[in-house]
Amino acid sequence: MRNKRSAARLSEPDAAGNGLIDRRIFLGTGAAAAAAIGSIVSPHTAMGADPLPVAPWMRVPGSPFVGYGQPSRFEDKVGRISASPPNAPGTGAARTPLHRLDGMITPNGLHFERSHSGIPDIDPDAHRLVIHGLVKRPLVFTLDALVRYPIESRIAFIECGGNSRLLYQQDPAPVNVQALHGLLSCAEWTGVRLSTVLDEAGVEPAAKWLVAEGADAAGMSRSVPLAKAMEDALIALYQNGERVRPSNGYPMRLLLPGYEGNMQVKWLRRIKVTEGPTMTKDETSKYTMLLPDEKSLQFVFPIEAKSQITQPSPGLTMQGPGLYEISGLAWSGYGTITRVEVSADGGKSWATAALQHPVLPKALTRFRMAWRWNGGPSILQSRATDDTGYVQPTRAELITRRGINAYYHFNGVTSWAVGESGEVKHVYA
Amino acid sequence: MSTRDCVLATAAIVGIGSSAAVADSPNLGRVAAPEEIASWDISVDPDGAGLPVGSGTPKQGEAVYAAKCVACHGEKGAGKPNDPLVGGRGTLASGQDPIKTIGSFWPYATTIFDYVRRAMPLNESKTLTNDEVYAVTAYLLYLNGIIGESTALDAQTLPRVKMPNSDGFVPFSRGK
Repeated sequence: MRNKRSAARLSEPDAAGNGLIDRRIFLGTGAAAAAAIGSIVSPHTAMGADPLPVAPWMRVPGSPFVGYGQPSRFEDKVGRISASPPNAPGTGAARTPLHRLDGMITPNGLHFERSHSGIPDIDPDAHRLVIHGLVKRPLVFTLDALVRYPIESRIAFIECGGNSRLLYQQDPAPVNVQALHGLLSCAEWTGVRLSTVLDEAGVEPAAKWLVAEGADAAGMSRSVPLAKAMEDALIALYQNGERVRPSNGYPMRLLLPGYEGNMQVKWLRRIKVTEGPTMTKDETSKYTMLLPDEKSLQFVFPIEAKSQITQPSPGLTMQGPGLYEISGLAWSGYGTITRVEVSADGGKSWATAALQHPVLPKALTRFRMAWRWNGGPSILQSRATDDTGYVQPTRAELITRRGINAYYHFNGVTSWAVGESGEVKHVYA
Repeated sequence: MSTRDCVLATAAIVGIGSSAAVADSPNLGRVAAPEEIASWDISVDPDGAGLPVGSGTPKQGEAVYAAKCVACHGEKGAGKPNDPLVGGRGTLASGQDPIKTIGSFWPYATTIFDYVRRAMPLNESKTLTNDEVYAVTAYLLYLNGIIGESTALDAQTLPRVKMPNSDGFVPFSRGK
């Protein structure tokens, strides 16, 4: 988070209560900025300051080239956090540090991971993909064969169906955005359309589903509607330009844009075309939402429209009153984000945020809003709308419908309370 | 211009995420013989399709459980340090802390066989024989009071086991 102009008073029009301002104030163009020009004062005219030093790294040559680059050693706090059950160190999840990133793309080393029995060390030359079941010709593919097919890219978010589940709890978890919402990432995925290899195998008319299976020790498997497979599914071979990382399915994973992450089977080794769903462990005992009437919703596939503010957020303490940029992420598994609204007064008033281009379907969308923090208590919220007209609900609305035991697919509004000290906390509001 | 170049050129015009039609395919998939892929075809449908030859009883399964499962899932499936496999009936109602086990939650008995065969025991998955998987499935169903102590399970009887929560699932529709 950047403190833009500490304590500079601008005569800008408010966009919503408690200091939200039209973001054009930052851009130097548009009515808001034009109205403000002339009233900007320079608050930091230094008197008697020492000359700026010439740093040591300007005096000697820097380090030589390396084969595969790494982030600056000063960025060593930027990492995933993970948790595993007892006896199973490779089982569990590692979360993306959303509060330390900007833009819409997640670096490959920080993409979230969810694994059910560790990360397999797959020799790509020995890996095979089998397509069988209700097809005219069961087929086996090598990786070398697949890379010769027409290749496409999709910039797509992947979110674990269990992301944000702590917000179902009765009391707000005192943790940061990474711990709450970090099972969310976005990458450019590049590979072969699944429909291409299904067409080559020749899908039988009775087929309505398929079951996709990974080559990990858990043989993770999920049923997928055939319609989705034919619509926009990819066998992803590349992630942000390089081969898919082992933690994300090397040498190939299923990509189902907009669907819950668990279905986007990593280490893809087998697709069996079927008439109905296979009712695997992860589509019955897990990834189903238990409701107050004791029924569980099954086959909850696309992620509903959702958003959260990443800066400021817990752990990023405000540096005194002044002008700040509020920034966050919005996404929908049903389509494209059309609007994100931000509130600084706990939802009493809302202002429309700027959406950073490109704004793509089923991808993370970065939004930005200007805020003059007056130093007083504030509650920051964001809510997203997608091109189906769906508006992200409040937490209370979601809990009223689903109760507190639904566990999966929480997409209600998140609230950050900013205290007078500048500390930011997760609250329910 | 090759087919691939045509597709790429079309994709470039339409942009990332385009749905450029693939008119032809390199056809590089090798036709697989049934016996070649039989060992990979480990998914089991709720109607029992995919279940192998073999059988097992709760008593046989008790021995398998003691050797392979108890360290993680506790005595008689009570759980700890990992997931409980037994109990929890009646905990799904609103206002309770739900305990989701095979007995209280899982809708299909076939899923137990499918999952145990592919994923358990955690540190040596796919090492149980089909008879052992049937047996440990039978033992877990017996511990949950779903089948009798002497019921043998096989490819015919397992799909017919009625699970307590088999009517507990409804397909999602938007807005829920």
